[in-house]
Amino acid sequence: MWEYTEKVLDHFRNPRNVGEVEDPDGIGEVGSLACGDALRLTFKLDEHKRIKEVKFKTFGCASAIASSSALTEIIKGMTLEEAEKVTNQDIARYLGELPEEKMHCSVMGQEALQAAIAHYRGKGVPKEETDIVCKCFGISGKEIEKVARQNNLTTIEQVTHYTKAGGGCGTCHPKIQEILDRLGREERPEMPADKERGRRRLTNLQKIKLIEETVEGIIKPALRRDGGDLELIDIEGNKVLVGLRGTCSSCPASGFTLKHYVEGKLREYVSPEIEVEEVAP
Amino acid sequence: MKTIYFDNNATTQVAPEVLEAMEPYFCQRYGNPSSMHSFGGQVKKEVERAREKVASLLGAHPDEIVFTSCGTESDNAAVRGTLESYPGKNHFVTTRVEHPAVWNLCPYLRQKGYRVTEISVDRKGRISLDEVRSSLTDATALVSVMYANNETGVVFPIEEIGRIVKARGIPFHTDAVQAVGKVPLDMSKSTVDLLSLSGHKLHAPKGIGALYVRRGTKLAPFIIGGHQEKGRRGGTENVPYIVGLGKAAELAEQRMAEETTRVRMLRDRLEKGILERVPNVLINGDTEHRLPNTCSLSFEYVEGESILMMLNDLGVCASSGSACTSGSLEPSHVLRAMGVPFTAAHGSIRFSLSIYNTEEEVDFVVQHLPDIIEKLREISPFWKDFKEGKFSLRAAG
Repeated sequence: MWEYTEKVLDHFRNPRNVGEVEDPDGIGEVGSLACGDALRLTFKLDEHKRIKEVKFKTFGCASAIASSSALTEIIKGMTLEEAEKVTNQDIARYLGELPEEKMHCSVMGQEALQAAIAHYRGKGVPKEETDIVCKCFGISGKEIEKVARQNNLTTIEQVTHYTKAGGGCGTCHPKIQEILDRLGREERPEMPADKERGRRRLTNLQKIKLIEETVEGIIKPALRRDGGDLELIDIEGNKVLVGLRGTCSSCPASGFTLKHYVEGKLREYVSPEIEVEEVAP
Repeated sequence: MKTIYFDNNATTQVAPEVLEAMEPYFCQRYGNPSSMHSFGGQVKKEVERAREKVASLLGAHPDEIVFTSCGTESDNAAVRGTLESYPGKNHFVTTRVEHPAVWNLCPYLRQKGYRVTEISVDRKGRISLDEVRSSLTDATALVSVMYANNETGVVFPIEEIGRIVKARGIPFHTDAVQAVGKVPLDMSKSTVDLLSLSGHKLHAPKGIGALYVRRGTKLAPFIIGGHQEKGRRGGTENVPYIVGLGKAAELAEQRMAEETTRVRMLRDRLEKGILERVPNVLINGDTEHRLPNTCSLSFEYVEGESILMMLNDLGVCASSGSACTSGSLEPSHVLRAMGVPFTAAHGSIRFSLSIYNTEEEVDFVVQHLPDIIEKLREISPFWKDFKEGKFSLRAAG
């Protein structure tokens, strides 16, 4: 059973704006029956070129329906310039959170919106059909690159969760890896959206550096104020090994400090998956 | 809200009689069957009594029953234990619709250097006997074919397959986890050498299974340890659960007639009721050769997880072969092997009943399901297109 938030369940049980706008200004269609999900988005603008009416029809699972419903609520009243800045992360955030395996539902929402805006502007559907990487689900390299960049994806599994690419026969995995490798070599500017959430996809090097910075710049100064200190000993994946020094080493509340303060700060600044363990001196 | 449990191929309620039979073996009669004192010895007698009951359900000799921890262990013990017994042979034959307990052994065995043949099935999930026959070679160490399919309920002609396999002198295993307790079995007249069963599919608890091993069958032990189970499966016997499985087997034997008549009638009532009230529904699998409790339906133009979630809101438990329910992106390997179009497989729902279900429960689902499907079809972009004749799934699929 998926762990859906109450908001996802609410938008699934009581979807907003179901249907098709009559005589629409823009139509966006993505997905297919074979893929297991599909979305048709239609909107109409008012005299100020704001989205006056927007409706959806979706074939898909609970999170696909909820993502579509959320999308319509988000963009209602927006100008197209505002609407085209809406990302899949905005949809996921609006719903609280989506299971990572279901992120492709939010991506489908974003794609349908962009297709509908492009349709309004007379550009047709900008789906790149030329460089199909994943033949099972018809996903192009451009799409994979775009979603991977926006969501800072680093593994093939993540790409599959977000775009479906690679979820079928698996023969495109080397191609997806090539794209990821290429993106990894580029400098990655931090996404403002990630910063807000305190969550981002980090390479190991980035993670280690960030842990060091957090320990040196935030955690150590705070501990030192109470005469304590801490030594960063090693990092194994998400496990951070530390030694407590100074008054911390003999403090009866050190376990509490470690779990609540040190781990809390590292989770806040680095990754929610961080675990802190004390190594005996 | 009352729970309506129509997911008995996933797991079943423990029968109250089973729980009652198990209860004394936790705090009172907790002895080790291997002990020399009578406190343990009396427990050994109960283990042997349970073995007799399981043997009786299968038409087997008690010494042909090995207790295991689950159906998956039984399958692994049968397949890997047999292959180990025939080191000179490197070919394994099975089907494309097996449960993961056997199916996921295929890539593992290929990696170990085995050649693996997976027999295909037709659109109704039926196996071709000719394909079985032509797959066999002198290097074939084992043929493993499930008795009944967990997703569709399709029952394979195990004895006919067994005759072909045994004519070549090849060991024959069947994963009968879904069949035991639902269809009568008689190993004394069977061609089967090894048969897997699982307790929690027949109203015993999770954590107990058994493997039938025909006398004279070569089988290397899967768990090496003490002398338990005549050295075929080491580890102190799980006494309360073995007693529970024995009781469940006894009940299953008594209730076999009810299973094949009343449960079948409920399943048919459910299926007929849904087909009458909901347009564009397909039955998956061969309805002529099917477990009495199982019904797999594909609702076109809607997606399975959404149906399950809405049923869940009404307290109704079922399963789906849709991609979204598993977290994978493709629908179930069983429906794909049958060639069910992706479009229909995504909307598949499995109802599996048991003797604990009632006519009222069936009628409740028949009454409420049409509204669920209608609501989801109203949301679906394809339903209106279909109704307006813009396209048809069956033409596309």
